[in-house]
Amino acid sequence: MVWKNFPPDFYVRVDKELCINCMRCIKECSFGVHEYDRKKELWKRHHEKCVGCLRCAAMCPAKAINIEKSRMEYSPHPVWTNKVRKDIKMQAETGGVILTAMGNEVPYMSYFDHLVLDACQVTNPSIDPLREPMELRTFIGRKSERFDLEEDSGASLKTEIAPNLKLETPIMFAHMSYGSISIEAQLSMARAASKIGTFMGTGEGGMHKDLYQYADHIITQVASGRFAVHEEYLKRGAAIEIKIGQGAKPGIGGHLPGKKVTKEISETRMIPEGSDAISPAPHHDIYSIEDLSRLIYALKEATRYKKPVFVKIAAVHNVAPIAVGVIRAGADAVVLDGFRGGTGAAPQVHRDHHGIPLEVAIASVDRRLREEGIRHWGSIIASGGIRCSADVAKAIALGADAIYIGTGALVAMGCTVCKKCYTGKCPWGIATQIPELRKRLNPDEGAKRAANLLEAWSHELKEILGALGLNSIESLRGNRDRLRGVGLNEIDLEILGVKPAGW
Amino acid sequence: MLQEFKKIIREEEDFVIIDAKGIYYRELNGLINELILNGAKKFRLLNVNGQRFIADGLRGGYYIEIYGTAGDDLGGFANGPTIIIHGNIQDGAGNTMNEGKIIVHGSGTDIIGHSMRGGKIFVKGEVGYRVGIHMKEYKEQIPVIVVGATAGDFLGEYMAGGRIIILGLEKRPEVEDIVGDWIGTGIHGGAIYIRGVITKDKLGYSANIKEIDENDRKIIEENVREFCSYFGLDADEILKSKFTKIAPISRNPFAAMYSDSRENK
Repeated sequence: MVWKNFPPDFYVRVDKELCINCMRCIKECSFGVHEYDRKKELWKRHHEKCVGCLRCAAMCPAKAINIEKSRMEYSPHPVWTNKVRKDIKMQAETGGVILTAMGNEVPYMSYFDHLVLDACQVTNPSIDPLREPMELRTFIGRKSERFDLEEDSGASLKTEIAPNLKLETPIMFAHMSYGSISIEAQLSMARAASKIGTFMGTGEGGMHKDLYQYADHIITQVASGRFAVHEEYLKRGAAIEIKIGQGAKPGIGGHLPGKKVTKEISETRMIPEGSDAISPAPHHDIYSIEDLSRLIYALKEATRYKKPVFVKIAAVHNVAPIAVGVIRAGADAVVLDGFRGGTGAAPQVHRDHHGIPLEVAIASVDRRLREEGIRHWGSIIASGGIRCSADVAKAIALGADAIYIGTGALVAMGCTVCKKCYTGKCPWGIATQIPELRKRLNPDEGAKRAANLLEAWSHELKEILGALGLNSIESLRGNRDRLRGVGLNEIDLEILGVKPAGW
Repeated sequence: MLQEFKKIIREEEDFVIIDAKGIYYRELNGLINELILNGAKKFRLLNVNGQRFIADGLRGGYYIEIYGTAGDDLGGFANGPTIIIHGNIQDGAGNTMNEGKIIVHGSGTDIIGHSMRGGKIFVKGEVGYRVGIHMKEYKEQIPVIVVGATAGDFLGEYMAGGRIIILGLEKRPEVEDIVGDWIGTGIHGGAIYIRGVITKDKLGYSANIKEIDENDRKIIEENVREFCSYFGLDADEILKSKFTKIAPISRNPFAAMYSDSRENK
């Protein structure tokens, strides 16, 4: 008896009257669900292989396919859910760690969904962004405390100004490596970022040569595997991000299996073809804040202090003092990745059970930096589970300078969040290196859709600011007075620094 | 900047000599960088006392002699320079180095050669923990670390490529340990050669003892000869010794960890 995927998650129902036997579904499914026996002229649907991506249904010219959630389940039990039982059976069969992808699937409470934004009524006028200027531009990096002028020189500045990134909208594309996603997906985001005036992250897989022309809008990453890290790579990007942790898998490293290290990936990562690409859990030259400071300054020295250096950490229990340490160590920005952050591959146990919600992390880090009087030393970039412009506005009101979107950008390019990125068989051509699948994402189309998403959210952000009577995104930053909590307890409200609705 | 530090710089033949006594690392490195922009190719740094990041991210065949103790991350991200240290080096020398040479007449501390992808490091004395950790290789770039004396625990941890040679000179490898425990933990590429006999209980997860073949002997000989040429030692004498080769159990030692990959078997 094979228990794998039994009972199946989905049931593939094909309307025989509508089906024209065009075999398109066979071609479209990268998981081998549809099969046709030519001798017997019979269709076979392998329901247990279906991942619910809906690729076949979307592409079926006859619209004959309907993917349903399977109604066959074990006898119901509120604690021993079907998922729990299926996981145990799979592990009993294989003895392995369960791999998954995308963000946390446990329905923890969303603080974003318990926060509401203010709006102007009577006593202070709201602003119409179509009629009046509205500024979404913001700068990421260290800000000077004061400006000193050279003596006897008129107006020449003595103070050394730290390099900053100029963002035309406070939304950037998160680091997703070449290897975890296709070059077409990266190209789409690079073009969109250039067009809108924002940035994308390379992830730890290096910068493919096709991206060089967009390098001014690309943030390079230095992760524990140090793949592709090379002086030219560091000098090429607009900023450098040291990846310490990831919200989807705090505290653990990464592992790109050798079979996924193709020729092009090997050239971009600068490792041999077919060899495992292992990112250790910690950076082995960083065991303390002092060591982190050493890497930050090694990168600054290597780029002659021309590039801002960010440090990305997963939001975890003591995130505030850690983030303060990161900023004091010399980082120009700290990236907080909440526990809803996505991933191309992570053990399910880590994805679902480690880390803390992004919202509380932003609020406590922002407060702690203010308390210590060093909030201007570095920016806060929030990422992990940001789904819409309202989430962006709330994150900024809680204290973030800008945000990263990963999953949202992929969904814009076609992803349906089927959570099979780690198989490398993405039916939408995003999280795959298989040439036939990659063709499904046209970078022109992808760039247009990713840019459209940023434009739409930016427009909504302007409208949100207008309703709040603000005319710049920087006036919203850390402006918690414009948030109220609904259905939150006293301690939650205190941590978020937000009053309950009605007060 | 050159004007500001005029007093400590002088030229001798084709060397630019800098007295680094009491200068902050950022200024020292800025100075070197500026001198390079002005055409300097060879440097002699005197009284170096822990200044970090010397030759960090430096591209090109520059030649730097250091007298004193170089600070952390000497030659980090370097891409081509030759650095000779008449003294000791500290943590992270050659960190993520792409190309170049670091020749040390003294000893070194931890994580020497961390993630280095190319170039060579020769240390006459001893080195600390986790040396050669996550060393890589790429196409014709195969980094090499040769250590004259001993190395601490976790030598070649996570090693993905390159070669490490530990000679344990002035020790009797048949009776004394010249390397700490947990050699090659997580190793998945490259090879470690240790003079003398190493038993399996010294190895970390995924490391194994392998037969030395003709190619290995060539690598050992070539690098030991180069090592000896820098420090005036007798290579033939050292090459008479027996070496143990440590290499990964397989190229993909972690492939079977996940339920997914096990299903596919």
